[in-house]
Formats: sequence, C-alpha cells, structure tokens
Amino acid sequence: MTKKKAISSRKLTSEDADQLHDISGVNVYACYQCGNCSASCPAVEFMDIPPHLVIRLAQLGFIDELIEAETPWICAACITCTVKCPRGVDIAKVMEGLRQIVLRRDFEHINIREIDKKLREKLPQIALIGNFRKTIL
Amino acid sequence: MQVSYYPGCTLKTNAKNFETSALAVLDRLGVTAQELEDWYCCGVCFSQASDNLMQQIAPIRTLVKAKESGNPQLLTLCTMCYNTLKRSVEFIKADEEKLETIHKFMDREATRFYGDEVDVIDVLSLIKQIGLDKLKEAVVKKVKNLKIASYYGCMLLRPKEIAIDSPDDPSIMEDIILASGCENVYFPFRTECCGSYQIVNEPDIVKTRAKKIIGSALKNGADLMVILCPLCYYNLDEVQAEIRKEDPRFQTLPVLYITQLLALLLGLDLDIHDFSLHSVDPRPVLKRKGLL
Repeated sequence: MTKKKAISSRKLTSEDADQLHDISGVNVYACYQCGNCSASCPAVEFMDIPPHLVIRLAQLGFIDELIEAETPWICAACITCTVKCPRGVDIAKVMEGLRQIVLRRDFEHINIREIDKKLREKLPQIALIGNFRKTIL
Repeated sequence: MQVSYYPGCTLKTNAKNFETSALAVLDRLGVTAQELEDWYCCGVCFSQASDNLMQQIAPIRTLVKAKESGNPQLLTLCTMCYNTLKRSVEFIKADEEKLETIHKFMDREATRFYGDEVDVIDVLSLIKQIGLDKLKEAVVKKVKNLKIASYYGCMLLRPKEIAIDSPDDPSIMEDIILASGCENVYFPFRTECCGSYQIVNEPDIVKTRAKKIIGSALKNGADLMVILCPLCYYNLDEVQAEIRKEDPRFQTLPVLYITQLLALLLGLDLDIHDFSLHSVDPRPVLKRKGLL
C-alpha cells in the first residue's frame, strides 16, 4: 500500500462498495480508526493490510484494492476484532464480504487438489471443511 | 437426566478420545447423552454473509432432528459445531422472513424449528449446570500440584451473543479445574485464536500461534494444557511435534481434552483414552502426578 491512491466520487459510489455492504450488512462508516481491531488481531503480522486500514479503505471505496489483498484470506474469523470494536463494527463480517465478492465471481482462492495427500488424510475434517470456504461456493 | 447429543464429524474420527471421555464423565455425573438418530455436518464455519441462506439449512436440519428427539437440550462437544448451531439459531430468530425462506427448503422435515425449542449447550456449561459440587464429590483421585493451563480458543466465546462466559475474561474452565482438585495456571493467550483452518494452506500462521500459546503456558508453570476444540487440539498437539522437528530446543507441553483429565480424576476406565492419538505423550506427566 505504498503507492498513492486517488480518491474520487466514482470510487465512493461504486457498485462493489454497495455489494460489500449488502453481503456483510455492516456500516463501515461507524469506524473512527481507533485501531483496536488491528491491535487485537492474532494474525495481523501475516496480513498485507491491517484490519483497521481495511475498514478505512472500504469507507473510501477502494474495494478493488481490498479484494486483491491477502488480508481477507489470512483472517480465520476468530471474531476478536468484532468483540473489541468500541463502535460495533463487525470487522469479521467485512472480511467475509470481501471473500464472498471474490468467490461469487467464480474465482477459486484455493485448489483442493493442491492440498498434500498425506496432510489431507491426517487433518481433522473441521480443518478441511473450514478451508473449503475459500473455494467456489 | 437426559440430553440429546450431536457429535459432528470429527468426534467420530480424529477426536474419538474426546467423545469417549466426555460421555463417560457425563454418565458418571448422572447425565445420559443420547446421540441423534440422524444428523448432518454443521458446515464448520458459520456463514457470516447476510444473504447466504443455503449454509444455514444443514444446521437447522440437525436442530429439527433435535426438536423431534423431545429433549430440550442439545449437547455439542466440538466447539465449532456449538458455534455454528448456536449462531444459526440466533440468525433465524432475528429474521422471520429468512426463517420462512429456509423452511421452504425443508421438504423432508415434518417438523418446523423456530429457534427457542432446543437449547444448544456445550459440555462446560452442562457440567456447571449439573453442579460443581457434584463434580467435586465424584473425584476419586486427589492430585497434588497438578498445574493446568485451560485454553478456551475462539468458538465458545465469540461472538459475544453466543458466548458461554465473558469473552474477555472467562472463568468457567478454571472453575471446573478448581472443583476437580487441580491448580489453575493463568496465561495471557488462553482466549486467542490458534490459527484455525489456516493449518491447511498457511501452516506458518498456526506454527507461530502454537509457539506463542504453548510457550506462554509453559512460562507460567503449566504441567498440562486442557482444551475443547478438536481443531485447536490438532493445531496445538500435532503442530508441536512438527515444531520440535524443526527446532529441537522447543519445549513441548502435553495437551488433553478437558474431559480426558476429568475422566482420569474420576477414576474412570483407562480404555476410554487412546493415548496413541497424542503427538506429545501425556503419560509421563500423568504417571508422575499419580493419575496413571
């Protein structure tokens, strides 16, 4: 996110932003950027965009940048951010919304066939089924 | 007392020792857990999308079966199942229109489920409901200085609408451990995520989490860690063995399902434990503390 991004009225009113709102049901504009979500996220060190910045970019309509990011796929929906948010923003639902936008365009994020056979046989089913949420729905 | 029981898929495979130990402990405490005649995969991760009703159908179907069983409570041992079923109940209770749509897909079900008829309950809350005094009375093996780190994970505590205790500072596991005669070890990572299903594609996340969680429990003097979720179990037990292979200096900590520890303290048949399922062998510490 080092490149400068231009904010425009076109971005703020994009269909993608509406779709994110429809799928997640979350009002991202309630966020005042305190950063509690990023401070409490156990996986933030693996993310390319920290959760509070995801919400900021969503407020500004940068949905294309968000669905290209790794962050929504790193999030495993532990819901810590949502519990910690003083403004009641359900950040975990925004992450799910971003994943859904991608998956509903028929883009697989993972390929089941690429999972190592030995690992597949050893893992508990709940790990595999949870992970399959990142394939086409 | 009788409750209906929903095992879910993992309790029949990787987490057999969780099922056998939990059912034996409950039996000793006077509770019969009757497995549902028919049940479906819960879907594991609750669909957080507001418009995705398809993924609510499987959990609701299971809840229909639970209603038909006639028992007011449905026990789930797997915490992922607890989370998914409980949130599906909240989901349909909050929106009549969505409930109506879901009902339209229930072709084979003669019963309609509206949300309040079945109480989805986890094993910790059930033990608390039976009574910690009763648990205390049932303990036959007294142990000295057995220090237990209770790891909650995510699924019983978040989101707060379905939390079994305070999401920030829970105490239900510690209360049970205290009643069973062991000592509690507090460690700051007890409610933090283990990395969940990221073990499939992003194992480094889970390894980093496991190192922090196990390291923190050890630093605070734990002899054993007890948990409830079969996925946390894999991520904290199996992954410890993998970390150990990469780093021989890594100190391991045995992990047990909390019901396995209770079964040992209640003096139940040792055959219910299949210790070969553990990557970090808990037997040396259990022998040292007189439980084996």
